[in-house]
Amino acid sequence: MNDRNTDTGIGAAVLRKEDRRFITGFGRYTDDINEVGQCHAVFLRSPYARADIGEIDVSAPLEMDGVIAILTGRDMAADGLGDLPCGWSVKSKDGSDMISAPHPPLASERVNYVGEPYGVVLAETRQAARDAAEAVATDFGELEAVVVLKTATSSEAIHEAVPQNRCYLWELGDEQATDAAFQNAAHVVTLELTNNRIIPNAIEPRAALATHNPASDEITLYTTSQNPHLARLILSAFVGLSPEHKLRLIAPDVGGGFGSKIFVYPEETTVAWAARRIARPVKWAADRSESFLTDAHGRDHLSRVELALDADGQFLGLRVRTTANLGAYLSLFAASVPTYLYGTLLAGQYRTPAIHVEVEGVYTNTVPVDAVRGAGRPEATYVVERIVEVAARQLGIDPVELRRRNMIQPDQFPYQTPVALVYDTGNYQASLDRALDAIDYGGFPARRAASEAAGKKRGLGFACYIEACGLAPSQLAISLGAGVGLYESGEVRVNPTGSVTVFTGSHSHGQGHETTFAQIVSDRLGVPFDDVEVVHGDTGRVEFGLGTYGSRSVAVGGSALVVAADKVIAKGKLIAAHMLKADPAAIDFESGEFSVRDSNQSLSFGEVAFAAYVPADYPEDLEPGLSEKAFYDPENFTFPAGTHIAEVEIDPQTGVTEVVAFVAVDDFGEVINPMIVEGQVHGGIAQGIGQALLEHGVYDDQGQLITGSYMDYCMPRADDLPDFDVDTTITPCTHNPLGVKGCGEAGAIGSPAAVMNAITDALGTEEITMPATSEKVWRICRGD
Amino acid sequence: MSGIHVSTTINGDPVEFVCQPGETLLDVLRDRLRLTGSKDGCGTGDCGACSVTVDGRLVCSCLVLGAEAEGREVTTIEGLADGENLHPLQSKFIEHAALQCGICTPGFLVAAKALLDRNSNPTEEEIRFALAGNLCRCTGYDKIVRAVSAAATEVRKQEGRKQRRSF
Ligand code: FES
Ligand code: FES
Repeated sequence: MNDRNTDTGIGAAVLRKEDRRFITGFGRYTDDINEVGQCHAVFLRSPYARADIGEIDVSAPLEMDGVIAILTGRDMAADGLGDLPCGWSVKSKDGSDMISAPHPPLASERVNYVGEPYGVVLAETRQAARDAAEAVATDFGELEAVVVLKTATSSEAIHEAVPQNRCYLWELGDEQATDAAFQNAAHVVTLELTNNRIIPNAIEPRAALATHNPASDEITLYTTSQNPHLARLILSAFVGLSPEHKLRLIAPDVGGGFGSKIFVYPEETTVAWAARRIARPVKWAADRSESFLTDAHGRDHLSRVELALDADGQFLGLRVRTTANLGAYLSLFAASVPTYLYGTLLAGQYRTPAIHVEVEGVYTNTVPVDAVRGAGRPEATYVVERIVEVAARQLGIDPVELRRRNMIQPDQFPYQTPVALVYDTGNYQASLDRALDAIDYGGFPARRAASEAAGKKRGLGFACYIEACGLAPSQLAISLGAGVGLYESGEVRVNPTGSVTVFTGSHSHGQGHETTFAQIVSDRLGVPFDDVEVVHGDTGRVEFGLGTYGSRSVAVGGSALVVAADKVIAKGKLIAAHMLKADPAAIDFESGEFSVRDSNQSLSFGEVAFAAYVPADYPEDLEPGLSEKAFYDPENFTFPAGTHIAEVEIDPQTGVTEVVAFVAVDDFGEVINPMIVEGQVHGGIAQGIGQALLEHGVYDDQGQLITGSYMDYCMPRADDLPDFDVDTTITPCTHNPLGVKGCGEAGAIGSPAAVMNAITDALGTEEITMPATSEKVWRICRGD
Repeated sequence: MSGIHVSTTINGDPVEFVCQPGETLLDVLRDRLRLTGSKDGCGTGDCGACSVTVDGRLVCSCLVLGAEAEGREVTTIEGLADGENLHPLQSKFIEHAALQCGICTPGFLVAAKALLDRNSNPTEEEIRFALAGNLCRCTGYDKIVRAVSAAATEVRKQEGRKQRRSF
């Protein structure tokens, strides 16, 4: 790091470049954009969880004021549009492939969840489209729906091609070794766990605005996407909407994603198709009910967990059987979330020598379930950290002590787990120690006594989590079943005046990349932070990208920028050598200056940039220009890890649980902008506490979503949450040039287990499922 | 359906518009006046992203009819800064990183302004309660609360200066 950049370089808490537009109301989100001549789309949606679509009578609504067209799934099928794909394949333990049910963007014959779109009304105003949609008369032949996860495999098959509604029965680990471990165990601890269904609820609902230019035949689609290039690839190569070079996707400011905006959805697809069909720009913005009904939900696992221990409390084996709800169709990442992103993390921070996990992925007549912040890793952490805590209680060992006895030691890295991953580095004891200090573990008994004296119950809960981030080392990902490699691309374009425009395939929807990535490039090139502009989210400007999820942006996208910046420096040296008539090998670059070693000759970055673009006497082997790109493929996943501790106080009179303290000490490797990282952790913790205490997506037995509004689905609000006490420890990632690991999901991964461990500690029973609502807690306190 | 003619004041400027009887103030602001700073997060009064003040009172503009703006003074996020000069709440939101994706931010700023107008020395608990009508999915609220508290201090300083000047 050079002098000029200590305030804005790597490691500095630089204020965010993007914020001024947001705080003045000039952010530009999809729904803020309008096209001349646009019309509005409202979708025809299934009122049933499972039904055959009969005749669709649109004669009356077509006559209504302002109605332009009504298109259905049958029109779409006639146009030859293909199905929405799942990007990952999973094999069952018997070697057979998973069974993927066809997922047309608009249903034409049968609907399989409440809210599934089967048509679209296009009208001059949104209100006219709504009125017309209500006037469409569709004959539905209602069928029995499969809603209950527990009994789904013994219910009627939802899709003809999928017997027993089982998509796959996947396994990982050594079953025999695990069985043997249980036979030799002094103690076996067993737990049934439910990981509740959550609804992502980005505050910006999904939206799309498509324009078709008849002269160029190009479709431009503004959309709320975390990965516009991937979406374009799918729409072009799989759905067959339009050739890739005739399709431009722009994800402008996006109001939060949390996974839900990764996937290619029916509505965005339909809007783009409709714009060409009716030769008008088409706009759609989901209302909140549509978000609840149609954004992919998260989690929804049932698990049986067994931990085998020897007489000293050493873990011998872990056996996990999980049933995972996939919803009615396989969404883009759905197959991978309860398998590769879950089973591989079941070693946690521990040396458990034998692990075997079996996951049954099951279809139900509910909206697809896919990645939500953490995606698989919160579920894995919940399994591991709950059973460890329960084991400590049953064996009468302090939960910290039991964890310490089993943790991987700092000198054991790289560490091969029994579930496929190799952890490159870490120091779990360091974050645990720091967290214990922060919560004042020694003072807890006194605090508990004080609570008891006041008629309250106090509990403390731990979660020592690990996650695999930086998706993904392509070879490993493909060997696990990914459809494509998971590189990230970056381009560092130096302008003739020496300012820099950075193009990244990552996408920011709250993460602050315009700041973080500018810090990385400015630090590397020694140009002022304000001279670096970051461009993302536009397939018309950025060459390619796989987008933002899995805490991959800085670890993979940021690393690509480092490689590109280094190429810029290398080329700059050739230019400087030519200008200074020196040997290129004798050129040094530091703090934005090219100089000839052991001389006083030097050139500024700006002088070199200018010469690069308007040269007069260039040698033949030097090409003008100073712009370089790089694709970065990580060697391995990164492994952020840490300790979260929740302290709760319960009022038995009301059942209200107050999180009185929450400590998170995370090891994210090197940190580019600590202020932004802290915010990411806060937001994740809030979502995790929400899952543990308040949030629950519930379908009734007819498959109607009964938590379809903010009155029924309880989101954490400002008065539900504590201040957070967050800190970091650092073991740099060993295999990327920045030493970073990723921070976006940790908060949501550790917190549910920590909070539930605290609540069960306070209540003295394990018999409570998430969300631990005040009603449930109150009933337990009453002894109901 | 015939439109309703409405004369009102928005962010200090006289404004006239024609709207349908069923149109919300949020729709009018966003779709007719292109003041898109107020956001539509739910349309049911539950998220606060659409917060504006009408005659100084904090409302969800998704629950107010456009026609109800007749003769009133409406303030939106676009009216919070004084030209290039940010309101202390805005500066403190940046300094404390109280926003991430920014979609909820206009609503929080308008709601926080309404709080400080009534109580320029709120406790943390008062801030949390005053902002409980606004949903943020990104920040966990911690930094928002800190930013509002810091802005309150700044506002009190400014008021003190103004008072001293007027003596
Ligand atoms: S949009 Fe008005 S409260 Fe949510
Ligand atoms: S900053 Fe994204 S919802 Fe609040």
